[in-house]
Amino acid sequence: MDLHLKIWRQKDQKSEGKLENYDLKDLNPHMSFLEMLDTLNEKLITEGDEPVEFDHDCREGICGQCGMMINGLAHGPLKNTTTCQLHLRSFKDGETIVIEPFRAEAFPVKRDLKVDRSAFDRIISSGGFVSINTGQAPDATAIAVTHQLAEEAFDSAACIGCGACVATCKNASAALFTSAKVTHMALLPQGKEERSERVIKMVKQMDNELFGHCSNTEACEIECPQGISVLNIARMNYEYSRALFFKRK
Amino acid sequence: MILDSKIPNGPLEEKWTNYKKTAKLVNPANRKKLDVIVVGTGLAGSSIAASLGEMGYNVKSFCFQDSPRRAHSVAAQGGVNAAKNYKNDGDSVYRMFADTLKGGDFRARESNVYRMAECSLNLIDQAVAQGVPFGREYGGYLNNRSFGGVQVSRTFYARGQTGQQLLLGAYQALMRQVGKKTVELFSRHEMLDLVMIDGKARGIIVRNLDTGEIERHSAHAVVLATGGYGKIYYLSTLAMGCNGSAIWRAHKKGALMASPSWIQVHPTSLPQSGDYQSKLTLMSESLRNDGRIWVPSKNNETRKGNDIPEEERDYYLERRYPAFGNLAPRDISSRAAKERIDAGFGIGPLKNAVYLDFSKAIREQGKEKIQEKYGNLFDMYLKITGYDAYQEPMMISPSAHFSMGGLWVDYELMTTVPGLFALGEANFADHGANRLGANSLLQASVDGYFIAPYTIANYLSNEIHTGKISTEDPAFEKAENAVKKQIEELINIKGTKTVDHFHKTLGKLLYDYCGLARNEEGLKYAIEEIKKLKQEFYRDVRVSGHGNNMNTELEKAGRVADYFEIGELMCYDALTRNESCGAHFREEYQTPDGEALRNDAEYQFISAWAWTGEHTEPELIKEPLVFEEIQPTVRSYK
Ligand SMILES: Cc1cc2nc3c(=O)[nH]c(=O)nc-3n(C[C@H](O)[C@H](O)[C@H](O)COP(=O)(O)OP(=O)(O)OC[C@H]3O[C@@H](n4cnc5c(N)ncnc54)[C@H](O)[C@@H]3O)c2cc1C
Ligand code: FES
Repeated sequence: MDLHLKIWRQKDQKSEGKLENYDLKDLNPHMSFLEMLDTLNEKLITEGDEPVEFDHDCREGICGQCGMMINGLAHGPLKNTTTCQLHLRSFKDGETIVIEPFRAEAFPVKRDLKVDRSAFDRIISSGGFVSINTGQAPDATAIAVTHQLAEEAFDSAACIGCGACVATCKNASAALFTSAKVTHMALLPQGKEERSERVIKMVKQMDNELFGHCSNTEACEIECPQGISVLNIARMNYEYSRALFFKRK
Repeated sequence: MILDSKIPNGPLEEKWTNYKKTAKLVNPANRKKLDVIVVGTGLAGSSIAASLGEMGYNVKSFCFQDSPRRAHSVAAQGGVNAAKNYKNDGDSVYRMFADTLKGGDFRARESNVYRMAECSLNLIDQAVAQGVPFGREYGGYLNNRSFGGVQVSRTFYARGQTGQQLLLGAYQALMRQVGKKTVELFSRHEMLDLVMIDGKARGIIVRNLDTGEIERHSAHAVVLATGGYGKIYYLSTLAMGCNGSAIWRAHKKGALMASPSWIQVHPTSLPQSGDYQSKLTLMSESLRNDGRIWVPSKNNETRKGNDIPEEERDYYLERRYPAFGNLAPRDISSRAAKERIDAGFGIGPLKNAVYLDFSKAIREQGKEKIQEKYGNLFDMYLKITGYDAYQEPMMISPSAHFSMGGLWVDYELMTTVPGLFALGEANFADHGANRLGANSLLQASVDGYFIAPYTIANYLSNEIHTGKISTEDPAFEKAENAVKKQIEELINIKGTKTVDHFHKTLGKLLYDYCGLARNEEGLKYAIEEIKKLKQEFYRDVRVSGHGNNMNTELEKAGRVADYFEIGELMCYDALTRNESCGAHFREEYQTPDGEALRNDAEYQFISAWAWTGEHTEPELIKEPLVFEEIQPTVRSYK
């Protein structure tokens, strides 16, 4: 199949960027989207141009490193799918595809399609953990956790931190990412003890990083490759109010 | 050179306890005076960096990804082993030790393997305390499943995302220390050289991958937790960035490489479908608990899987290995698949796959049950291949997966370079010639959480009077210049072929001549071909862009340059081992019915290799393996 690509090229954070046109012919529809970009890069390099920089690593939909806006959608047209798991069979022969980086004030562009998502790491380091030291944990069966609860916690813990939620949100809010971690930890007995301090610190850090507020459009859930539910955000709001309430008392 | 493995005295069960009793400690007030560099943020790297940070050392943590949470450990699907015996099915530390030793074809050190089994008990506790949502029974207790090569259920899992959840636990522990400023984080930094002063590891040279800047970092000890180099085959189950450069550059500075040719080929990955392909996706081994593997019993079968009647199917694993059937260990299952494919019974468009069939399990347990167990894997299969595995059998095929080889380490996980430690998949320890499923997450984690915190402290106890190590030392300058020179050289070749072209060509050579099967003639041929390919690379590679900014092609070029040398060493290693064991199947050494033929009389040792220079053959140093507890037997899964 043939594709016409419009790709965002930007030398570095300070330079201005613009969309450039590229044509690719005779692509195999079984190719993944990133393999298509590999093919383009091979072509650019042999022709003496600089390849398109994009982030990726596992190419299995689990590391969270890939991600770009494809025709205005984070990770492209398929539901619950990362860019690396998207295949050309999801596009039409001869189609024009616009490829841009994830955009948000908190995610500055580094080059072409690569953005800086370290704000997420800082949110985690502000409190997204259980304060247990290594080496001397109590026996794992000492506290029973029901199957349902473990599964529910897992649904939140499955967030891969790709940033699609931020990129797709009109306010560039990190509420889905942050709330997923808050919920995962608040649900489990191991994480419950610290739930109040955790949510307050994480929300504060989220604001410091210049992420916007959540205004409940729920676009994040639709674009999330892991299908993380917006109910996590409700949970975070509950945990936050609860924490403030008990703090005041 | 005589290798001192520093195995502690005493009976097997007491060695680790004895070691811990006598290991030296560092007074908390002195820990602040000591710097440690940890390269890698996978399970091994995150866990050791968090542990050392907690203890009060100054830790610097490096990874090449944009966040430590993306290290390759995140991709592990199936599970992690621990001899908890929650199922009451006869498991114990000793049984796990025995399974692992046998699974590794008696080519691992007894003391290390025992310690890993022993520490497995604590890992599950640690992970649960961190909030890892392992699979649970309805009553709230932890659940298990079984994995290849064993007859008990000792694998703990978090759906098909065990690595992700374990890594997030370790990453969160790491980020907690980053918040407390005991650990300083350098993501998007790649280690390009090891710096040695007076024979000890004293620092590293790194490239900031965002800016191209070359930086010097000094420390009293350096820990490499940089994962495996299986991506050398190009097509593999590993992440695109996985590479062998950190350990290779340390090797060139004097650390020995052990068993480099033992690379596990996993039996259940998705088959290759075209030459544009960049990786092969793994389907978790846990699928073999319910899926049955078969090929048509007729050559060149053209019917679809579902149309082939039961009596015309060859369930070759169940046929050849009735005791373990579809759960036969990886090396055996992969080889059996290759044997059928090579004999013309392969299926799929390229005839390079076998079936993994769930129809019986779905009939017996219902679709819901199967969905609950493996739903995400079936979804993944659908996304990648476009086929629905609830309706028709999956197609799977073997692919390169895990490097059992790596830097040689002693019982303390220290390499032959004093002050240089290697943890997780970067070292050679514990798995022998074949890794049992779910033992690798375990090894990486216990190395970092429970073992290295003692052994590194033992080393550092002699360093408290050393004082700060200056990055102005001439050794830093020299290493930095060498790194800069290599970058310039690669950029200036300005040839015609891309880095990926060379990587793919090398990978194909290794698959064909140093892959699932090897022979003397092929290995000798491969060594010559790799030499030629390397020369061509330095003449004709094209690395676009510059050295002083973000440049992925340059990153890849440096890694492929090292792969040529690693590949050559792999072939030497395979050539000198005139026997078949685990992942290493020398065609000349097999039984009449095609099983691996080990030669304990002559090859019961670990091959450790010393770098002797670019144009000379590497030097082989042997570490004899002594088995006190279990006498090597012929591995039979029949
Ligand atoms: C698809 C797949 C599934 C698997 N499933 C299982 C399973 O179910 N059970 C199991 O037990 N094992 C499994 N394994 C194996 C297991 O995941 C790995 O062996 C293990 O995670 C390795 O951990 P590690 O900490 O040693 O290294 P990794 O997690 O690979 O981490 C390596 C780190 O080193 C860094 N690094 C490397 N080189 C450099 C450099 N030069 N400079 C700076 N940083 C560098 C990387 O950035 C990364 O942070 C699987 C492997 C694969 C590929
Ligand atoms: S590359 Fe890892 S999620 Fe896409």
